Order: sequence, then C-alpha cells, then structure tokens
Amino acid sequence: MPPDHDLDDYVDPYEHGHRHGGPLRVGLGGPVGSGKTALAAALCRTLGTEYDLAVVTNDIYTTEDADFLRRNAILPDDRIEAVQTGCCPHTAIRDDITANLDAVELLEARHPGLELVFVESGGDNLTASFSYGLVDVQVFVVDVAGGDKVPRKGGPGVTASDLLVVNKTDLAPLVGADLDVMRRDSATVRGEKPTLLISLREDPAATEVAEWVRAQVRARRLQQA
Amino acid sequence: MSSALLTLADSRLPAGGHAHSGGVEQAVAAGLVHDPGSLAAFLLRRLTTSGAVAAGLASAACQGDDLARLDAEADARTPSPALRAASRQQGRGLVRVGRRAWPSPLWDALPAAPHHPVALGVAAAAGGLTPRDAAAAAAYLSVSGPATAAQRLLAMDPLTVAAVTARLAPDIDAVAGNSTRSADGSLPADTDPLLDLLAEVHSARKDRFFAS
Ligand SMILES: Nc1nc2c(ncn2[C@@H]2O[C@H](COP(=O)(O)OP(=O)(O)O)[C@@H](O)[C@H]2O)c(=O)[nH]1
Ligand SMILES: [Mg+2]
Repeated sequence: MPPDHDLDDYVDPYEHGHRHGGPLRVGLGGPVGSGKTALAAALCRTLGTEYDLAVVTNDIYTTEDADFLRRNAILPDDRIEAVQTGCCPHTAIRDDITANLDAVELLEARHPGLELVFVESGGDNLTASFSYGLVDVQVFVVDVAGGDKVPRKGGPGVTASDLLVVNKTDLAPLVGADLDVMRRDSATVRGEKPTLLISLREDPAATEVAEWVRAQVRARRLQQA
Repeated sequence: MSSALLTLADSRLPAGGHAHSGGVEQAVAAGLVHDPGSLAAFLLRRLTTSGAVAAGLASAACQGDDLARLDAEADARTPSPALRAASRQQGRGLVRVGRRAWPSPLWDALPAAPHHPVALGVAAAAGGLTPRDAAAAAAYLSVSGPATAAQRLLAMDPLTVAAVTARLAPDIDAVAGNSTRSADGSLPADTDPLLDLLAEVHSARKDRFFAS
C-alpha cells in the first residue's frame, strides 16, 4: 500500500472523497517481454466471470497488447483502452498520469458496475513504477530468462511493488537460473511483501496471482465499507 | 509576474501534454522536420498560427469572457477533428490538475472537456495571473511541447533543442502581445492547413507514440 494513502493532508481538500467507490485499480509493470500482457490475459480469463473488469494498455509503440487481448476474445472491445505515451512509458504511469486517468475514467463511465481495472504499463526498465495516484496496488512482473540476478539488483519495481511476480519458471533449466536464489533474494530486498514464482506457460490461469488479486479486492471493499 | 505562471507553463505540470507532439510526430514521418533548422521553422509556423489562436482564446478566457462561447470559438478555429479532440483531451487534463492546484469557483463555469486554451485561461485566472500571462503560457506551450517531442523522436541534441526554443522568445512575446481582441472584437483566427492535414493523417495511424 502507498505510504501516503491514509494521511489526511494528502487528500484533496477541495474535492470531497479521495476516490471513494469505483473499481480496484491494479498496475501491471515490468520489463518488456516479462509476461505482463500474458498475465493480464490470464487474469481476465480467470477473474472475468467473477468481476466486472476492464484493461488499460500502455504499449510504447503500437496497440499490440490491446489487439492481443481483443484477438483472443478475452475481453470485448469496449473493455479495453489503449493510451499513447509519447515515447515515455514511464512518464505515463508515474510522472504525468493524465492519459491513463482519462482511460480509466472512460471505462468507469462506460461500465458503471466496474469492479476491477488492470493497467498494463509499456515495458520499461527496473526503475519503473506506478504512481499511487493512478493505481491502488501494483504488481511488478520480471522473468526468469532475464537471469537470476534480477531480484538482487532491486529497483523500485522489485523492492516496493505490492506483489513481485517472477514469471517463466519453466525456462529456468534452459537459462541456468536458480529459482531458490531468486526466491531468497526477493525475500531479502522485499521484506514482508509477497513474491510469487510462476509459469504462465504451465498455469495459464495464473491461479496464485488471481488469488492475490481477489484478496486485494476484498481488502479494498472492507476499507471502504 | 506571479511565479504561478512558471508552474502553469512548466512541461512537468501533469496535465497530459507530454503525450502530444503538436504535429511533430507526423512532420517527422513526412520528412518535414529532420534537423534543428527545419524544427525551428516548424515551431515558428506553429507559434504564429495555432499558437496565436491559443493565445487569443486563453487571454479572453482569463479576462472572464463567456466560456461556452469561447469554447465554440475554439471549435470554429480548429477545422481538424483530430486537433479538436487533442485540444479537448489536453483541456480536460489541465482542468484535473488545475482544480487541485488553484481551487476556484471559476472552474465550474467550464464545459466538461473544454478546449485547452480556454482551460488555460481559466487556470491563469484561478492562479491570479493576467490575460497577458495566459497568452504567454499558451504561446510558449504551443512550441515547448512539440520541441521536446522532436528531441525524443529524432534523438536530437537536447542542448540544441533548448537553444531553438529559447531563441523563439521574441516571437513568443510578440504573439502573446498581439493576443487581445482587435477593435472589431475578434480574436486571432490564423489557421495552417498543413497542421490540420498532419493531424488527420497522424490520428489514423496505429503505430504512433504520441496522441497527437
Ligand atoms: N516460456 C514461457 N513464455 C512465456 C510465459 N509467459 C509469457 N511468455 C511469453 O513471453 C512473451 C512475452 O510475453 P508478453 O506477455 O507479451 O510480455 P510483456 O511485454 O511483458 O507484455 C510472449 O511470447 C509470451 O508467450 C511463461 O510463463 N513461459
Ligand atoms: Mg505487453
């Protein structure tokens, strides 16, 4: 959870209700190719029957990710919004979140019962993270193929995200990555924050990540009740 | 001058401007902008047409002119649907941050997604600035964002791009100074068919980095 979520001083004094109600907004960040779109697709498949949900994509260049989600008929068109990030995927999720807020608000207006929105960032490096003005919680996705040193290298995505996902464990033997090292290093840099080692290839339902998302939805509902 | 003007014209103000190239992305694709000289020419052209129009509208909005009417005047001065959408998108973004930064009842008189220059004029008024300040911000923003976009797209030397923008200062001042209504009550209405065409071609592309 963001450090400033509960401090009254940060709440806009001029607009009532910080952001009360509305869907849980979940950021999916991480380097290019780590499996963010695959995870978004898996979560839509698994959670789509439980929640009223939608996705915002931030491809750096094309509408590739939005098209993927459409093509696979995971979500109907009117539940996917793509935003342009002006060559700066990182700016669009952290420093100037305007375009993403517009997209989320558009989806909320179009689907008044919306319960869950995933915002997939354009792939960036390990320093990328979402502003908590845009999302309520964020998942950082890295993959085994990037080498088992990635968790040790740290960076805000790895250390401070609400959930770290280490994807493509099926590739570990092929790239000589030691999963125990990744697990141990993650725990060291993340303290109490959870890490999940998964393979979307082997578990296309992203079972454990979906369970974590359900817990976040429940937590937000309790907090707002 | 109040330092609120510096905040208003700062490219880091999170109002969504970073994702708009002001036609530069398409101008680069068309080969029209490719080096510092062609960038400077493009920016000057943009400044004296859409920049001048924006300055006039911002100044009038800051002065307290009827906002719905000004918004319609902005529509009338923006033939390209893509540019109208881009302007309203940026206006909406500015209202979002402006309401927080400079709380004022003035915001309530704006339509939902106003044209950017109209929102800019209201932001200036809410921030205690003058119509001339509002015009200066509009004129400056009409070139600063596009200059940055060119720098990113062409990987130009950022020092050169900064110099190109800095040297436009007299032109920016001139545009801002001429932004008030003329004797017959009319606002600047210069248009540039090239910018309109670039915007229309650009909006149909799927492989673009920028929203406009
Ligand atoms: N072997 C393997 N490949 C995966 C896994 N998850 C995703 N991929 C592949 O990795 C590539 C990049 O995935 P994508 O979701 O587009 O990454 P993004 O750039 O982070 O959105 C695609 O070819 C996926 O099919 C996995 O668990 N194992
Ligand atoms: Mg992707």
